[in-house]
Amino acid sequence: MSPSAPTDAIALTQGAIQPHAVPQLALQDAPPAVPAPERLKAVGRGLLKALIPWALPLGVLALWQAAASLGFLSSRVLPAPSDVALAFWRTLGDGSLIANISVSTGRALTGLAIGGGIGFALGVLNAVWRPAETAFDSTLQMLRNVPHLAIIPLVILWFGIGEEAKIFLVAVGVAFPIYLNTFHGIRTVDRGLIEMARVYGLSPAARFARIVLPGALPSVLVGLRYALGIMWLTLIVAETISSTEGIGYMTMNAREFLQTDVVVLGVLAYALLGKLADSLTRAIEQRALAWHPAYQPGAQGVA
Amino acid sequence: MEIFAATDADVAAAVRATDIRATFGAPQPPEAADPRPQGERISLRGVVKSFGARPVLRRLDLDVPAGQFLAVVGRSGGGKTTLMRLICGLDAATSGEVRIGETPVTGLMPQARLLFQDARLAPWQRVLGNVGIARGPGWREKAHAALRDVGLADRGREWPFVLSGGQRQRVALARALVSRPGVLLLDEPFGALDALTRVEMHRLTERIWTEHGFTVVLITHDVAEAVSLADRVVVLRQGEIALDVQVDPAGELPRGRRSGAAAAALHERILAAV
Repeated sequence: MSPSAPTDAIALTQGAIQPHAVPQLALQDAPPAVPAPERLKAVGRGLLKALIPWALPLGVLALWQAAASLGFLSSRVLPAPSDVALAFWRTLGDGSLIANISVSTGRALTGLAIGGGIGFALGVLNAVWRPAETAFDSTLQMLRNVPHLAIIPLVILWFGIGEEAKIFLVAVGVAFPIYLNTFHGIRTVDRGLIEMARVYGLSPAARFARIVLPGALPSVLVGLRYALGIMWLTLIVAETISSTEGIGYMTMNAREFLQTDVVVLGVLAYALLGKLADSLTRAIEQRALAWHPAYQPGAQGVA
Repeated sequence: MEIFAATDADVAAAVRATDIRATFGAPQPPEAADPRPQGERISLRGVVKSFGARPVLRRLDLDVPAGQFLAVVGRSGGGKTTLMRLICGLDAATSGEVRIGETPVTGLMPQARLLFQDARLAPWQRVLGNVGIARGPGWREKAHAALRDVGLADRGREWPFVLSGGQRQRVALARALVSRPGVLLLDEPFGALDALTRVEMHRLTERIWTEHGFTVVLITHDVAEAVSLADRVVVLRQGEIALDVQVDPAGELPRGRRSGAAAAALHERILAAV
């Protein structure tokens, strides 16, 4: 037994928390205080925990591929995953996939910027100024309860079938969740903090920037995440009605030619974009809400 | 009257300084660029405050000489917090006049700072940002100096939620000190702290008061706290002053260690008035 054995043992027990660090340390032949099988079990548990969420989707995928390859599943109903992958390569190669995705993303973000900006501005205005709330809030609540996709016929009459119609629909869809959450966030900012800011001589503008807005931010970001979901949903519907480019156009066009693989590819593209947008908001939350105990790395759940 | 008050205050200040040195070591020398600011006098003349038909303060007359440490004791609902809010200008009196120094209080007073029972730190500002919440030129240096003053020089980069209750109140105290106030109002800021932390906060408040020389009004329902810290105790009962005593007119009792027969008798008198 080498004299350094105890230190090694400590290093090993610590290493067990990070699975990637263990194999390297396991090469050393110093006798560990924690028996090898125990460590292996710990690594195994970590690995299992990382893999479990993927087991179901991968299993379904394998089953799907098998069913398609063995002829149980007609490609007119659902294409094999391998065909979708081929369609991906094909459309990636001719540049149409990237072009369509960027057109759709552009529409989505433009609509979000316009609708989100209006929703945020109205939320701020109505929350800080009572007369504005009295004047606008009940109208906004009425409008909010109209399913915005129900006005598509009108929108087509107003804007035709061009870009404006799609951007308008997205803007209408995203404005309300952002409005509601901004309003609620500002209204629920701790009164005590606002009073403190007054006593400590902050001007109304400084109070807004340093107390009201940061206090409302968690709620505004929840609104943003809601809005992102609605944004993609609205865009899918708007693009399938009439388009000459975009993911919606790509899938509708493929349907005409029974290219189910491209249809599925379009669906996957939407799923991926939606997930990407959500991850982006999460990243923003992690940064912007670093002061919040609930957003600390390794924070525990509430229950 | 005025002359006597000034002389008393000077004597009291001298006694205080000696006590503090004897008890807690010499206070840190004040920075040369920052001369010790003077506390400001607070005066209330016939102040009435009612909420609807319910009177909270009934014709209150009170004079707090510059630099005095006044404790206001009373039951909940006796008008203590209302008094505080009138002095700093958060609320306006129904009738009567409140003055800080020579200035009538008509709005929020920049020379008065209020410490709340809860520290009221903005959770999204780091400790330094909270101390310098009012910003302004050179706020970082001022905030640093204030944090050093309350013994939290190395915590400026932290988020408030990692601090303990006592540390939060110390940050709040530093925030109040940044603007070098003439009047410091303490609205039961030690009420929610555990006994040991409370004693620490008492010593800190006392040291800072000795160094800065502002006028203090401390609201508390802890009679022992009032007797141990203050120059003078006022009992507020149903919106009226029920008792107004000098704690230690002869300067015999060492501050922070006031005990024995005299202190106990005073304690009893105050309790009887509450």
